[in-house]
Amino acid sequence: MAEQTAFSPAAGPSVLVRGAGVSGLTAAVTLAERGARVHVHEHGARVGSGASWYAGGMLAPWCEAESATREVTEQSLSSLDWWDAHVPGVTRNGTLVLAPARDVREVARFGRRTSHFSTIGEAGITELEPDLADRFSTGLFFAGEGHVNPRDALAALAARLVDLGGRITFDVPRTAGTGGYDWVVDCTGIAARDQMADMRGVRGEMLLLRCPDVTLHRPVRMLHPRIPIYIVPRADHVYMVGATMIESENAGPMTLRSMAEMLGAVYALHPAFGEAEILETGTGLRPSFPDNMPAVRREGRHIHINGMYRHGFLLSPVRAADAADIVFGNG
Amino acid sequence: MTLFYGTELASRLMLGTAQYPSPEILTDAVRRAGAGVVTVSLRREAAHARAGQSFWELIRALGVPVLPNTAGCHTAREAVTTAQMAREVFGTNWIKLEVIGESDTLQPDMFALVEAARILTEDGFNVFPYMTEDLVGAERLLRAGCEVLMPWGAPIGSGKGLNNLFGLRALRAHFPDVPMVVDAGIGVPSHAAQAMELGYDAVLINTAVARAGDPAQMARAFAMAVEAGRMAYLADPMEERDMAVPSTPVIGQAVL
Repeated sequence: MAEQTAFSPAAGPSVLVRGAGVSGLTAAVTLAERGARVHVHEHGARVGSGASWYAGGMLAPWCEAESATREVTEQSLSSLDWWDAHVPGVTRNGTLVLAPARDVREVARFGRRTSHFSTIGEAGITELEPDLADRFSTGLFFAGEGHVNPRDALAALAARLVDLGGRITFDVPRTAGTGGYDWVVDCTGIAARDQMADMRGVRGEMLLLRCPDVTLHRPVRMLHPRIPIYIVPRADHVYMVGATMIESENAGPMTLRSMAEMLGAVYALHPAFGEAEILETGTGLRPSFPDNMPAVRREGRHIHINGMYRHGFLLSPVRAADAADIVFGNG
Repeated sequence: MTLFYGTELASRLMLGTAQYPSPEILTDAVRRAGAGVVTVSLRREAAHARAGQSFWELIRALGVPVLPNTAGCHTAREAVTTAQMAREVFGTNWIKLEVIGESDTLQPDMFALVEAARILTEDGFNVFPYMTEDLVGAERLLRAGCEVLMPWGAPIGSGKGLNNLFGLRALRAHFPDVPMVVDAGIGVPSHAAQAMELGYDAVLINTAVARAGDPAQMARAFAMAVEAGRMAYLADPMEERDMAVPSTPVIGQAVL
């Protein structure tokens, strides 16, 4: 993609990006595409060693409006195209929103808070997801949404950065110096908590299942007044199930209660999930500001991109562009 | 004046702090409600190593008296442990005691509730028990040392309003001097006004505000309803009658 670079790499500003999660890698690629000489320092041994690793990877600007402010939807409309243009494997099959029979009112409420969907009945659900035939009477279909496998996407971004002439160094101590660069872009997520007084962590727990007996083609959100979950299909009948939202900074292992509640909801979606293998459980801390909105903050030549909350894959391309505008003097 | 364990509240609306879209919206809702108390639940995973510190600081920063609760506890022992952690975290003896006995209705377990209330009272807590409208249970809770009662309106989060008006009236009538709060099940401001018109001293709302499309505006609506209901109660409402009573006197009217 060197042809997108306006000047020769040597002429661009040098930027140290701290953190190779979704914020750091979207920022690094965006900056490199605009001609910056980018070096990424990652504390862990691989990309996505923080909350990004446990993300759902749903690119769902309209569904998010159920609980997020209008700004989240407005600002994220372009992100589906951004991901499609930058990584392979973006699936644009939409999102299906369902509820068990006794909580069917939740579907109506979800519909009132959102837009850009069609209300579908049993036939429509069967057409989209044949395996869910005869199980749900009504649902919402958000045709314009998509999803991506976050772990594959992060790896693809890292490869792209290297193609653009950028570098990534792993296992860098948090105390490593940041001197010698024109700009420092800090994307260290919850690790920046000590530097940002208004940041908190919001605990999230997720599961990976393998279930050859069930085929789903798109993320399904199962509404429930207490335990709403989503299930996102990955390749080879692997499913990611997420996620709890707990006001806690304990990143310890998943609790039995959370697992029982989430698996109960998955079982309600389709009893064949009873035979699924549990491949992995994961816990992450979502870095969050009081308004739960991702932010770009600047102090001199130091820029923070942080507070992704539950919107990392949805909003990081937009925040990356905001940060790049600052570096290139348009911000 | 109503005293809750010796404290007069700035408002008769108590607000729960769970399920808001963001802490910022929660803060806005608490301000617009002018809430007299905020409740906060102490989850185990958050209490461990004080991992909930950041959120608790946000709650404390609201500047409103905090009533920690034992939401999600299913046994007396669990509730007692949670209450003790809450006292340590929030530096208050107040505890909203919640012991769930049934998972579909989240109905309180009155037996475990009485047991936990006795233990906690002996330990110096001021217990606000979340209970059904059961008269005998109320009597036992008072004997266990509770000086406030919190009967449910309807199951938590159901928004059904006051499910058992007869029971709530009876409870109010039996214990006229005990401060009582209708907690749980209130869906819209008219439900809150109704509880206040019955003579309840306060209402506690969470889901109805937090899950509204505009929580801050709903909080304000509830505050107005609570005030209206209280004023109506103090103004001594008329009695219901089976027959019409003309509001304009008929006698003495000119015959045309």
